[in-house]
Amino acid sequence: MQIELTDKERASKEEFRAFADENVAPYAGEFDRSEQVPDELIRNLGEKGYLGALVPENFGGRGIDPLRWGLLCEEIGRCSASLVSLLTVHSMVIQVITRWGNEEQKAQWLPKLASGESIAAFGLSEPEIGSDAGHCETTARSDGEHYLLSGEKRWISFGQVADLFLIFGSIDGQSTAFLVESDSDGFERSPISGLLGFRAAMLASLHLDDCRIPAANLVGRPGFGFSHVGGTALDHGRFCIAWGALGLIEACISASLDYAETREQFGSPLKDHQLVKAMIADMLVQSRAARLMCYNAASLKERGSPSLIMETSIAKYFSSRAAVQVALDAVQVHGANGCTDDYPVARYLRDAKVFEIIEGSNQIQQIIIARYGHRNAK
Amino acid sequence: MEKVREFLGQFISDTNIDADLNLFESGLVTSLFAMQLLLYVEEEFGIQVTNEDLDVKNFQSLNAVTDFVMNKIAAAA
Repeated sequence: MQIELTDKERASKEEFRAFADENVAPYAGEFDRSEQVPDELIRNLGEKGYLGALVPENFGGRGIDPLRWGLLCEEIGRCSASLVSLLTVHSMVIQVITRWGNEEQKAQWLPKLASGESIAAFGLSEPEIGSDAGHCETTARSDGEHYLLSGEKRWISFGQVADLFLIFGSIDGQSTAFLVESDSDGFERSPISGLLGFRAAMLASLHLDDCRIPAANLVGRPGFGFSHVGGTALDHGRFCIAWGALGLIEACISASLDYAETREQFGSPLKDHQLVKAMIADMLVQSRAARLMCYNAASLKERGSPSLIMETSIAKYFSSRAAVQVALDAVQVHGANGCTDDYPVARYLRDAKVFEIIEGSNQIQQIIIARYGHRNAK
Repeated sequence: MEKVREFLGQFISDTNIDADLNLFESGLVTSLFAMQLLLYVEEEFGIQVTNEDLDVKNFQSLNAVTDFVMNKIAAAA
């Protein structure tokens, strides 16, 4: 069993960390306050090859392996959870097109997604449809060489700036996935603001009013939208969230260690107080456990193992839950200072809570995991 | 077919199911099962499931999956 990074993996992690430290960490608080990520940073992510890291090399991407992708999500997540959601939704669409797109769709979209010329987002949730995502109310009907989509999508991360959306709807009751360009007739969007966390994720509602798209933009086959196209995307999304939450955990630990070193009470640094030590110890243990689960998921993803789906669900559940616990402790270590904008831990806590909700709420993960446990006990 | 039946046994308590029973309409499996089955046949039999293969007829029953796998293997040979 190999659970240490190779030299190549370690070098990638250092590269990602240096990028995040220089380009994301100093500005993440401002992104959060202004509720946006600058275009320049998104362009920079494209130029570095990070947006297209999972696109196969023959389509202009870096074609990196799952572990290094996870490390990228971790390092970005250490600085900005909002930016992790960009990597997540953009790569969910990349994964879908790579897996289920036809050759024309791959040739049309993958190079643009790899370079960042196009930004993709994932359109599944609706005002009345959250966890019950297999029953979207959005509909599509054929109109010659086009489909006409009608419905509303909500909570669409980076929906304010994306120009390509993977939209789920139904054709005669059959769940189906479509690629929808933002300049399509009948497509409108409106920003969502004032969120608890992920404030810079530029969420939007999408309004599809007989939105006209080419028939060639159907992905996969009718009837396989949620189960296979959505399944591919959501499994990958959970993978990204598990790793992003791990990054947030590491950020909480780093902030808490720094603060406990320098802040003095009763004549000695906080780090010398036993109850602070207890919180620091719990944070470190949570990070180790989350990391091992993320490594395991990456290994299974590399092999294409059927166990991947369950183990990714477990990693997402644990990592996001641990992120909340660790962020709560990080705020506690910081005391009143942790409740202000002067330190990043309040943002970490707000963002950590969102990790528990997105890409399948943790209650859905619990149901899946418990069912798996009963099956395996047979 | 026995390998596929064994895999299905992880999800369905009655492993003596009718080989033509529609798994999805029967309510015996969840949407997650679809992707697990797909990854299983790819890993176990070394085949690649593509968008052209996305046909309910290929996955709806034990017999259907077995036929699909056999045809893919034959086509690759």
